[in-house]
Amino acid sequence: MRPFKFIKAEDVDSAVSDISTNEQAKFIAGGTNLLDLMKIDVMQPRNIIDITGLGLNKIEETGEGGLRLGALVTNADTAYHEEVHKKYPILSHAILAGASPQLRNKATDGGNLLQRTRCYYFYDTTTPCNKREPGSGCSAINGYNRMHAILGASEKCIAVHPSDMCVALAALGAVVQVEGPEAKRAIPFDNFHRLPGDEPEKDTNLLADEIITSIDLPPEGFAENFAYLKNRDRASYAFALVSVAVGLQMNNEKIEEARIALGGVAHKPWRDKKAEALLQNKAATMENFQKVADEILKEAKGYTYNKFKIELAKRSIVRALMQAAKID
Amino acid sequence: MKKKIILKVNGKEHEVNVDPATPLLYVLRNNLGLKGPKFGCGLSQCGACMVLYDGKANPSCLKAVENATDMEITTLEGLADDNGNLHKVQQAFVEEQAAQCGYCLNGLVMASVGLLQENSNPSDEEIQAALYRNICRCGVHPRVIRAVKKASTS
Amino acid sequence: MATDYIGKPKNRVDGRDKVAGKAKYAAEFHEPGLLHGVVVSSAIAKGRIKVIDASKALELDGVVEVFTHENTPSLAWMDLSYKDMDAPPGDPFRPLHSDKIQFNMQPVALVVAETLELAKYASHLIDIGYDVDGHNTKLVDSLDQSEKGKGLRAGFENPTSVGDFEDAFEKAEVKIDLEYFHGAEHHNPMEMHASTVIYGEDGNLTIYDKTQGVLNSRHYVSMVFGISKKKIRVLSPYVGGAFGSALRPQYQLFMATLAATQLKKSVKVELTRPQMFSFGHRPITIQNLKIGASADGTLKAIHHSAFSETSQFEKYIENVVNWSAKLYKCENVEEKYRVVPLDMYTPLDMRAPGGATGVYALESAMDELAYKLKMDPLELRLKNYTEEDKSKGKPFSSKTLRECYQQGAEKFGWEKRNPEPGSMKEGHQLVGWGMATGIWDALQMPARAKAILTADGKLEVSSATADIGTGTYTIMAQIAAETLGLPFEDVTAKLGDSSLPFALIEGGSATAASVGSAVKSVCLKVAKKLLKEAGKIKNSPFKDAKIEDVLFADGKISSRKDASIYIEISEVMKKRQLDEIKKKYALIPNMLKQSRYGRNTHSAVFAEVKVDEDLGTVKVTKIVSAIDGGKILNHKTAHSQILGGVVWGISMALEEDSFMDHNFGRFINHDLAEYHIAVNADMPDIDIIFVEEEDHIVSSVGAKGIGEIGLVGVAAAIANAVYHATGRRVRELPITLDKAMGLNTAEAEQI
Repeated sequence: MRPFKFIKAEDVDSAVSDISTNEQAKFIAGGTNLLDLMKIDVMQPRNIIDITGLGLNKIEETGEGGLRLGALVTNADTAYHEEVHKKYPILSHAILAGASPQLRNKATDGGNLLQRTRCYYFYDTTTPCNKREPGSGCSAINGYNRMHAILGASEKCIAVHPSDMCVALAALGAVVQVEGPEAKRAIPFDNFHRLPGDEPEKDTNLLADEIITSIDLPPEGFAENFAYLKNRDRASYAFALVSVAVGLQMNNEKIEEARIALGGVAHKPWRDKKAEALLQNKAATMENFQKVADEILKEAKGYTYNKFKIELAKRSIVRALMQAAKID
Repeated sequence: MKKKIILKVNGKEHEVNVDPATPLLYVLRNNLGLKGPKFGCGLSQCGACMVLYDGKANPSCLKAVENATDMEITTLEGLADDNGNLHKVQQAFVEEQAAQCGYCLNGLVMASVGLLQENSNPSDEEIQAALYRNICRCGVHPRVIRAVKKASTS
Repeated sequence: MATDYIGKPKNRVDGRDKVAGKAKYAAEFHEPGLLHGVVVSSAIAKGRIKVIDASKALELDGVVEVFTHENTPSLAWMDLSYKDMDAPPGDPFRPLHSDKIQFNMQPVALVVAETLELAKYASHLIDIGYDVDGHNTKLVDSLDQSEKGKGLRAGFENPTSVGDFEDAFEKAEVKIDLEYFHGAEHHNPMEMHASTVIYGEDGNLTIYDKTQGVLNSRHYVSMVFGISKKKIRVLSPYVGGAFGSALRPQYQLFMATLAATQLKKSVKVELTRPQMFSFGHRPITIQNLKIGASADGTLKAIHHSAFSETSQFEKYIENVVNWSAKLYKCENVEEKYRVVPLDMYTPLDMRAPGGATGVYALESAMDELAYKLKMDPLELRLKNYTEEDKSKGKPFSSKTLRECYQQGAEKFGWEKRNPEPGSMKEGHQLVGWGMATGIWDALQMPARAKAILTADGKLEVSSATADIGTGTYTIMAQIAAETLGLPFEDVTAKLGDSSLPFALIEGGSATAASVGSAVKSVCLKVAKKLLKEAGKIKNSPFKDAKIEDVLFADGKISSRKDASIYIEISEVMKKRQLDEIKKKYALIPNMLKQSRYGRNTHSAVFAEVKVDEDLGTVKVTKIVSAIDGGKILNHKTAHSQILGGVVWGISMALEEDSFMDHNFGRFINHDLAEYHIAVNADMPDIDIIFVEEEDHIVSSVGAKGIGEIGLVGVAAAIANAVYHATGRRVRELPITLDKAMGLNTAEAEQI
């Protein structure tokens, strides 16, 4: 690892000021992703600001009947939290489908949002990668792209976001609270991660000097009708090829509202609200589910090794909707 | 830049003079001569380097030694009692032959000890979940599950 | 009898040290002032190093030296000097020899520093400029450059043909003609390759190396560096898995020895996990099976051909196509094998090299033939069961495959199988049952052993072999304790030390039959000496007694006729005033006798899988493996060996694939997160049955060797079960969910 300076931040204000004033600085909390990237020389921060002492490790109710997850709450504490488990089971399920218990004990909720892609080429510093080294090219487009994006990719980058937790947060419509040197702001989950476009080096819309303080869950948790489905290459310990988080509001046989988010298919957790609306006031039938799945994947584009993901995604959406509607 | 760092390992304090960013694993193996924790990947991908931090099992290859000063660290060497009697998990691993080459064993034993401290009677699925990221290349997994079961009932 | 150890499920003798962290592996030997070396790997697959600049690294305080081809002294100048005991024909790779790059991730520099952390950091500061040449790493595009896969190599049999395949195939009533593929695999033992070279004051080298053959490593270091063997001692008491990866001395040994001899200091070099993908793999093969049969299922003609990868500098050859005529009664068998030189490192023997992949294709094809014949796949095998090795026209030294089929089928419940594909379903899960046969060689190699019995009745047996987790320590001790009738605790086995008596590299499943037999023989020599000494004691009842007349048990020599006549072994030592009895034995296999037989292990493997009807995820839920492995010396260690083989088979069938990105000529998924091997959650119920038959042609201990047979056949049984579940035939490993769904479009381009 290249040498770096360790700075311990006392509170949110000093953390924000530390990151604005120090050159090539990065926050570290669980460190489960940053340190491995530093070790293989993919990331080379000069300054590391330790934010573990900032508090931000509580789960509390929001005024509106939702739940506020402090940015430094660990993934494990979130998944097993009584309220989360009861009201937002889709989130617990997604977290538990992800990393190992040991990692979940360390990884924080804020850090989970900021984890980098697992694209082989991003990890191998001998190959070109626009995300790692802007302008160098994308090796995955004409390379081994089995794990890569089928939706929303660009010519610059076809990487996918690896998180399970974020797929559930997207389906729930969470809000990310952030704080910068000037102001606080709330970023709707859909706007938090971004598509690669011409700047694949940017994973999110978080500014360089901003810090995540919490992730707020809205009151509706879809606890009655939900599903989290993850397809991967071995029974555990593999990132999703395609994952689906579904939440349904049902009124007898009818669907009042549907939430469908996909993981493993794009640079961000993928939601298509227009397609979701197709299920509004419709019966929970296989046929209707297939229509929605086709709609969501309408614009999908596969590459040499990942074309199968398009059909896999459709089938997974249908399966997850059926599970959520309890007609499976 | 080297710095004096004090670590609490297996009930004793140790002072080392190292770069504070050095992975704890390197310090345990190269400075303290504790070869129980193994180097299998250095990227927290295989589980061979697990130690207990205040009783919880986690890899040590990505932990900067500076961040390990405020906790009790237990390595494989610290599991046996003062008379050299093996920990019940170690004993069960011997009896169930849950080792071949022995290199992943440290991680499996530490993760299992960590599991049993939280859950004294785990199911097969809970054991598999706890050992989720402990890779064994010799393929003794079924014997490991049996060993953890045995330790949990002993 | 209290001293009946052979065949018993003894706990492994090294178990306690391993769970307590006391077993030391190659990188775990330390001494004050030890330097750490980190290897820098090339970023390209072919070309030349234009410039290599280490100045930034050398500026760092604590960086001792950077070795590149520019400052490495000219070592042995002949390619021959680099040849090791497991080298295939050709010119071995010579690290840091010139500016030429022959494969991606070729070692191009060694950074030596006072700490590992510093060496790692400095390794990122080496600037390298390349002149890049176009490379070719793609087998499927290069078949026209193939050459005959033949040559001289230990364990390799040149493909042979018997009868007239063309004619018989032409006339056959039922035929299949199919192609099979599989991905490349890397051994990935959990312990990464490492060498610690302790530099002695007199220039003597003590080397702790990760190796399956300490004598092979010593030979290599001696030849390459021109150092007398007397000045080199190689030790490898524990090996953290190898599976073939440590049969050849790997480049970390060269690097550590280079630095130690140049700097006259002790140096340790340990590779990184990505570098574990830089020195040899199980090569991809493209195989063709043509099988012709009569309508009643009698095999008439088999053609098995394969194309495989090798490097530009060595010709790697393995037994891919040589199994049909050993496995089935068929008069017309044609075997063809060709290899294609590519810009990659030479492939490397990996657990059941050739057999794991060749038998996968053969046994998949047999399943396809069974369906075409509308015959039960097990019945087809039994119908064509052979009592002789058809490739040589010789009987088998032993064979219990028929019983393996029967016992395996019974345990699995095969008779309840509905042959119709897709006929069994649980919810969304399609259930499939498949079976296959496995076969591997039962070899015996020359080996020496030494035994020392001391006055206190303790025995030490030794040989320069290896225990890579297989249980060699334990079976050596068991054989010795039983032969001399000593308490198991009084016997110590030593291995993994080049100062011990000669043994070959630990490979080919030959160690139990070779070293085990040598241990038995040397202990018999000790027994004879003891008896002779016992006979010299005043009024001895054993005066002139012959070894056949007595029994060694419970620490005593007793008369077979009258158990009340005995003498304690310790008493013999005491009364004869012997400090020790020391004997050596050299085992030379009786080739004259052995060559009259086909010598093989066999297995019958039955698999149950569940495949999601929509999503394609495959889960193996049950495996029964019945093994014909001769006498089982220790049921615990043997069970673990087969268990490991089965897990490897599951991993090979469903998960493992080292993906070569041909744009870079580089294996790209080079870590343990993305190179998938089976994990805890993938484990099914695994039942292992040993159908024992002592084989005294292969070895005096009756064992045939079981390190590899557990793997062979498993992938085919699983692939056949996937077909039975889904009605979809996948002819490419690994069977990932896209292939099981029938959605795979890209795999042909990959190969």
